[in-house]
Amino acid sequence: MTRLSGNPLAGAVDVLVIGAGHSGLAISRFLSARCIDHVILERGEVANSWRTERWDSLKLLTPNWQSRLPGYCYSGSDPDGYMSMHEVIDFISGYAECSRAPVETDTEVKSVQPLDSGYRVVTNRGEWRTRVLVIASGAFNLPLIPAVSQALPANIRQLSTRDYRDPGQLENAGVMIIGASASGLQLADEIQASGRQVTLAVGEHVRLPRLYRGKDIQHWMHVTGVLDEKYDAIDDIRRARGVSSPQLVGSRDRRTLDLNVLSAAGVRLAGRLAGVRDGKLQFSGSLRNVCQLADLKMNRLLDSIDDWIVEQGVDEGLDSAERFAPTRIPDSPCLGLDLADGEIGTVVWATGYRPDYSWLEVPVLDRKGQIRHDGGVVDSPGMYILGLPYLRRRKSSFIHGAEDDARDLGEHIVAYLDVVSATSRIKMAV
Amino acid sequence: MQTQQISIDNGVNVEAILGAREALTEAPEAAQFKWRATSEWVNGTHTRAHVENFFGLGEEHKHRQGFDYDTDHPEIFASEDNGSTPVEMVLVGLAGCLTAGVATVAQNRGIQLRSVKASLEAGMDIQGILGIDGDVRNGFDGVRVSFVIDADASQQDIEALVAQSQKRSAVFDIMSNPTDVHVDVSKG
Repeated sequence: MTRLSGNPLAGAVDVLVIGAGHSGLAISRFLSARCIDHVILERGEVANSWRTERWDSLKLLTPNWQSRLPGYCYSGSDPDGYMSMHEVIDFISGYAECSRAPVETDTEVKSVQPLDSGYRVVTNRGEWRTRVLVIASGAFNLPLIPAVSQALPANIRQLSTRDYRDPGQLENAGVMIIGASASGLQLADEIQASGRQVTLAVGEHVRLPRLYRGKDIQHWMHVTGVLDEKYDAIDDIRRARGVSSPQLVGSRDRRTLDLNVLSAAGVRLAGRLAGVRDGKLQFSGSLRNVCQLADLKMNRLLDSIDDWIVEQGVDEGLDSAERFAPTRIPDSPCLGLDLADGEIGTVVWATGYRPDYSWLEVPVLDRKGQIRHDGGVVDSPGMYILGLPYLRRRKSSFIHGAEDDARDLGEHIVAYLDVVSATSRIKMAV
Repeated sequence: MQTQQISIDNGVNVEAILGAREALTEAPEAAQFKWRATSEWVNGTHTRAHVENFFGLGEEHKHRQGFDYDTDHPEIFASEDNGSTPVEMVLVGLAGCLTAGVATVAQNRGIQLRSVKASLEAGMDIQGILGIDGDVRNGFDGVRVSFVIDADASQQDIEALVAQSQKRSAVFDIMSNPTDVHVDVSKG
């Protein structure tokens, strides 16, 4: 690495990685092993979003045994448990240390511009030149809040999952939670338990039991190969990349958290939020169908697990196959809620996140604002992206998914740098 | 996608639909359609509607022929019953849309259909339209669709067909979600 002190140029490298989360650190480890000159720029500290943008009770959806990164794995005494945010931060920070990752902390990328060969990266602490840029800043930067939020009356408090910390933050009134992925369900569970009546708007979702036949569902998805399914081998990758996180919770008692559990706890289920008119929330009449879709899909997965167990002949010692009760739908699902009557004090948007590419001044975004890429190889020479849902495999956005993707893209980067070096040698010779 | 078998034929050209999907992903402006109907009052509660033109893929189109639909009210409403009620027409639309979806999804999934029958029923408290009780809505208080499907597939696969059809159905969406309706009038 070349450092020019007193110059706005902070340095020039072969590879510059944006983001010191698990993905950025995983590819850094690969690059270090190949002695490739690189740096990681991190806007805050290592594992920054885990430190600052998650609610208090959140635990990983994946069990500890599954938390692994290249050359690094969980070594604690509770392989079947789920990491709290503190543990995740320690895990990732520990990885950065043991990898001796070249992280520049408190360095926020302000803009990235294309050069003839490579990229110019402007930060709050000087400017970098790099031949290869790896975007590992994550897919969950900004809460994705539907435009209809602007039509809510001013007396209703609005929170996103990024701002939510614990129920104590909410007033003593009913809470409307929009979204039924892992976060929506976990918040519904915790807020209902705090004594506030929760109404949950449920659109398309992924239902999974925590345990199946006595083992974590992640175990089955791992051993049957579901998590390794490749992005270029499935039918509709656009749809697969948009699927929300499965309805799971990481808890000490390894319990299943689904809509039936919430209904039994008193949570009121409604359809997807369809609109706001005259201060009234309007819910879709599709609740039955989205639940049926999720039940059918879960049962197909369980069928495939049972088939796999039979094929492999590994059923000894396992609990017997079972099918879970279909999702119970109220006889007349709630189709509307008047926000003027004071029942609802807060609306929580658990509607997902989107990446922030506002700093990226390279024309690589499609009309939906997503980066155009082929399995992480971005549509601009020498640019790569890591850590997005289903980037190369179903597991891509999970911590344990970083290893295979970082290796694939790392090899691509090595080959790219070889070509670039050869070309520049030829140019110099000429 | 499940492998498509040559022998499966539900009369749906799935390749054309998948081709259109691919093409319209690249050219979203061509995906903008306008569906139209015209109507004229006949007498009493009897109206005749006509469907012929629509817009899509960037240009005007015509159905192979025009279609006329009579709507009226039944005799118990002191009408002449010259056609189905308008609310029954809504059920007709839902049945047509969901069934077309079942056939298309089945073709795409390689499932041969032998028969697809649906019964639809919508509840309605007519105190709403008669203005007896302001708390009662004019429209349906619920819709029930019951399919009976004979096909080369398991019960679970058939349920998945119907679920996927609802997920992709325009009329299901129109009925289950609010839609802004703008009505204007001029003196003619």
